[in-house]
Amino acid sequence: MTPAESGGPAPRDSWPLFEVFIRGKRGLNHVHVGSLHAPDAEMALHNARDLYTRRNEGVSIWVVDAAAITASSPEEKDPFFAPSGDKVYRHPTFYSIPDDVPHL
Amino acid sequence: MSAAPEELEQAFDATVAADQRVEPRDWMPEAYRRTLIRQIAQHAHSEIIGMQPEGNWILRAPSLRRKAILLAKVQDEAGHGMYLYAAAETLGVDRAELTEKLIESKQKYSSIFNYPALSWADIGVIGWLVDGAAVCNQVPLCRCSFGPYARAMIRICKEESFHQRQGYELLMAMMRGTDAQRAMVQDATDRWWWPSLMMFGPPDGDSPNTQQSMQWRIKRHTNDELRQRFVDMTAPQAEALGVTLPDPQLRWNPERGAHDYGEPDWEELKQVISGAGPCNQQRIAHRRAAHESGAWVREAATAYAAKQARRATEGAAA
Ligand SMILES: [Fe+2]
Ligand SMILES: [Fe+2]
Repeated sequence: MTPAESGGPAPRDSWPLFEVFIRGKRGLNHVHVGSLHAPDAEMALHNARDLYTRRNEGVSIWVVDAAAITASSPEEKDPFFAPSGDKVYRHPTFYSIPDDVPHL
Repeated sequence: MSAAPEELEQAFDATVAADQRVEPRDWMPEAYRRTLIRQIAQHAHSEIIGMQPEGNWILRAPSLRRKAILLAKVQDEAGHGMYLYAAAETLGVDRAELTEKLIESKQKYSSIFNYPALSWADIGVIGWLVDGAAVCNQVPLCRCSFGPYARAMIRICKEESFHQRQGYELLMAMMRGTDAQRAMVQDATDRWWWPSLMMFGPPDGDSPNTQQSMQWRIKRHTNDELRQRFVDMTAPQAEALGVTLPDPQLRWNPERGAHDYGEPDWEELKQVISGAGPCNQQRIAHRRAAHESGAWVREAATAYAAKQARRATEGAAA
């Protein structure tokens, strides 16, 4: 499977690629911040700390072997996303309610 | 799913024209990919080689405070190199391959790092002028059309403002010191000013790739536009500091609303780019030595990871 960010072939015989996700502070999701190479997940975690949190940018780090990520194809107009494209009734703005009805 | 080549090209052009970001798995013209790989690799190499002139002064910093600051700055530059190699890798190249190309002098890095840092004042001037020029170059790259490069630049720019400020503050401290210290600051300014202007590359008339890069929205401004911006930013900073920029033609032009300034020595820039700068050989030799003497660490880490993985599978099987 193609890694989420990598377009090209797998690197030659170098260390595997890890994608790095950081929780900026309590209450937030982990967010993808970049990637790095490391011989194993534990080293990846240490390297991610040194590389991506030198200024208190995070309270928690995930590293994920890039090869383990399954990605949809990248184009936004992809048929993959079509099921949600025509369902405008999933949005609150679909419903017209008179202005004088409160709290709605 | 397969689209005709013209359709792919049109989709790419539309994405760029709409100021959207191109992402790694999107179709892109081969020349766009090649241009980006060359530029991002060159940029990454500059961050890595750029550690050398300053790293050399960490052990000679005059106080623990300055040592801690300089160490943090040099660590940041290593980080910048890593962000950028990672961005280059999304285009299908391998970091190890890029490192090899650097130490075989098959890829370039910024000409500025081929000048020596001769005194402690150089450390301040590098932060002020060299990081200052880098910021000028890099801020527009935060809106570069290639997503991973733009995102790396956003991280980098956030960190660069500390670099510039610590340099300027260091110089302010020296300017409050003795005559000898003030003379050191002036001397370092004299030596770094012109090379800093050259960091923006050759003049527009001599920069054949600019047009295409601007069309692709990799670049947002020409070399001369960025150079002018840098001069306009820096002139009042020099005045506030109390140093003279070594350019007799430098003066405010009220009609243009900008500073007029003299022509850098483009012959010198060509020389330094082609390998004949004061420190080119030393920089590459040092990078090569660091790579080679670190080989055993990389090998040991690989062997350890393999052993752990083997134990884990044996443990699971037992
Ligand atoms: Fe940097
Ligand atoms: Fe910097």
